[in-house]
Amino acid sequence: MAMDNTSPPSGLRSWLLSDSPANAFQARAQRAYVGWLTFRGNPIAMAGLIIVGSLLIIAALAPLITGGEGIGQNLGNRLQAPSAEHWFGTDELGRDIYDRIIWGSRVTLYIVFLVSVIVMPIGLLVGTIAGYVGGWVDTVLMRITDIFLAFPRLILALAFVSALGPGLENAVIAIAVTTWSPYARLARAEALTVRNSEYILAAQMQGASTLRIVVSHVVPMCLSSIVVRLTLDMAGIILTAAGLGFLGLGAQPPLPEWGVMISTGRDFLLDQWWISTIPGIAILVVSMGFNLLGDGLRDVLDPRSGSEG
Amino acid sequence: MSQSDTTKTGGAGSFPSLPSPLKKFLGFFFTLALTFVGLMAVTFVIGRVLPTDPAMAIVGNRASEEVYQAMRIQLGLDKPILTQFWLFLTSALQGDFGQSIMTARPVVDDIKRFFPATLELATLATFIGVLLGIPMGVLAAVRQGKMIDHVVRVVGLIGYSVPIFWLGMVALLVFYAKLEWLPGPGRYDFYFEGIVEPVTGVILIDSAMVGEWDVFNNALGHIILPSSMLAFFSLAYIARMTRSFMLDQLNQEYILTARVKGLPERTVVWGHAFRNVRVQLITVVGLSYANLLEGSVLTETVFAWPGIGLYITNSLFNADMNAVIGGTVVVGVCFVGINMLSDILYRIVDPRAR
Repeated sequence: MAMDNTSPPSGLRSWLLSDSPANAFQARAQRAYVGWLTFRGNPIAMAGLIIVGSLLIIAALAPLITGGEGIGQNLGNRLQAPSAEHWFGTDELGRDIYDRIIWGSRVTLYIVFLVSVIVMPIGLLVGTIAGYVGGWVDTVLMRITDIFLAFPRLILALAFVSALGPGLENAVIAIAVTTWSPYARLARAEALTVRNSEYILAAQMQGASTLRIVVSHVVPMCLSSIVVRLTLDMAGIILTAAGLGFLGLGAQPPLPEWGVMISTGRDFLLDQWWISTIPGIAILVVSMGFNLLGDGLRDVLDPRSGSEG
Repeated sequence: MSQSDTTKTGGAGSFPSLPSPLKKFLGFFFTLALTFVGLMAVTFVIGRVLPTDPAMAIVGNRASEEVYQAMRIQLGLDKPILTQFWLFLTSALQGDFGQSIMTARPVVDDIKRFFPATLELATLATFIGVLLGIPMGVLAAVRQGKMIDHVVRVVGLIGYSVPIFWLGMVALLVFYAKLEWLPGPGRYDFYFEGIVEPVTGVILIDSAMVGEWDVFNNALGHIILPSSMLAFFSLAYIARMTRSFMLDQLNQEYILTARVKGLPERTVVWGHAFRNVRVQLITVVGLSYANLLEGSVLTETVFAWPGIGLYITNSLFNADMNAVIGGTVVVGVCFVGINMLSDILYRIVDPRAR
């Protein structure tokens, strides 16, 4: 870590580690840098960062590192075992599984992105408004949140998808509808701790509207714990989406979604093990990555809850 | 664990300033009723208001206008939406979820037939999870930072991250197809079908009661794989929570006192620290049990296990909305019920929580 360096810090490092930051920007940069140093010293977090980072890079470079999008069929080439030509073999329609795994990373990231952009704003808004405004608004919003908290998620997501019709977007909506409530609780708890602080009072006396205070002064304070929680939940979200795909209710063929790939490989499991096994490993690695990253982020950003599960 | 917040739902949240037990009980009851009505409202919205037209689903799109209208009236769809919800709520309270299109029988009868299989699976899985998970968690906490702690951590991490349906398939491939150690999918081999008259619906109990040990052994072989898959998830969760609860306790001063007194380490760990952890574990085990009840959907699909999860998914593919709604409500009520129950138990066992 930083402090075991015996030579006196110089240049950028000294600016980042100086005891008396000259302005707000320097203070912010320092906080980020010290956070990064803590993060870097945590091997678990780094392992998670490497996995999630690799996922991002692989998804970005997909057109460059694959021979095709893994959608076109080539029946003359079906059910080939892994070889130098097809690293992970081919599936029942002769599609290269390596290509499909690589392009499937985009589908996974798409799910991660969509769930985040739906769940975070809803959770943040409901939670911060309840916590900041208080009174009957708080009671009503939290009652609704509690009801959603008490629901069985997978079953409810199943029922939602059945009503909306199968498909990736509908699966994401179903997951989001059943996932937002813990974020509202979390945001409310954070909002309660800041609502009586002096800087909020100062903003109130300057005549800032409730909405302005909530959005620009309360929400930023809640962000870090929400992000940590979302990263920790992401593995579960990926698993649920893959499960819905496996049941035929999520992403639809020929989209190279990993859960769908496992499900199609089911019929060939006895003799062509690679069709199902490889996407399964991909899901395992990625959700492990998010779990590790979430654990690490929590240690860095949210040390209070570090002792919790 | 994301659903650990569920436990906060219970309790006397509604009337926090009133200390008397009666008011607390009322508050608790109010929360329970509200959650139930909320659950019903959401499933009602899913089943009735969303795009699929239930009358059209039954009569088909070639039916004449009169037949279609008659079906709408029969289903009560011509009434105002709130009236419809009230009818739905009251008939559900009487255990009436309508007819299943797929099996042409009342949904409640179907659920009675399918639910024990899920109960059997989830109960056995929780049992295994508790039996292995708690000692693992305690051991990891006592040997914090040592090899065993890391092993428990990795096992837990895999348990959280693995797609359970995939693991089930791999397990079937290895233990059933390749090694032939265990029987395949289903609850028992087909030639044992119908030998044991269902009494409780739980095949292991029914066959043991009438002394049909062949059936019992066969069913036991069949349940090993699916219950181990579910148990793996439950074990990961229980071990992780046990570890962190134990660490909290082991760092307290009374543990130091006990050690200074010269008590043997075993008494300190199990007699002192674990004694205080037990109470917190009630909630954890309850939560994991509730999660397994609903989470068995995927496992049941992989292992062709005729439980409520398989029933719901099969109904889904047949657009059998009554069955889907009925199954969802039953699982939801069990889920809420178990969480509430563990919350009540927690309050009874731990005087500080009262």
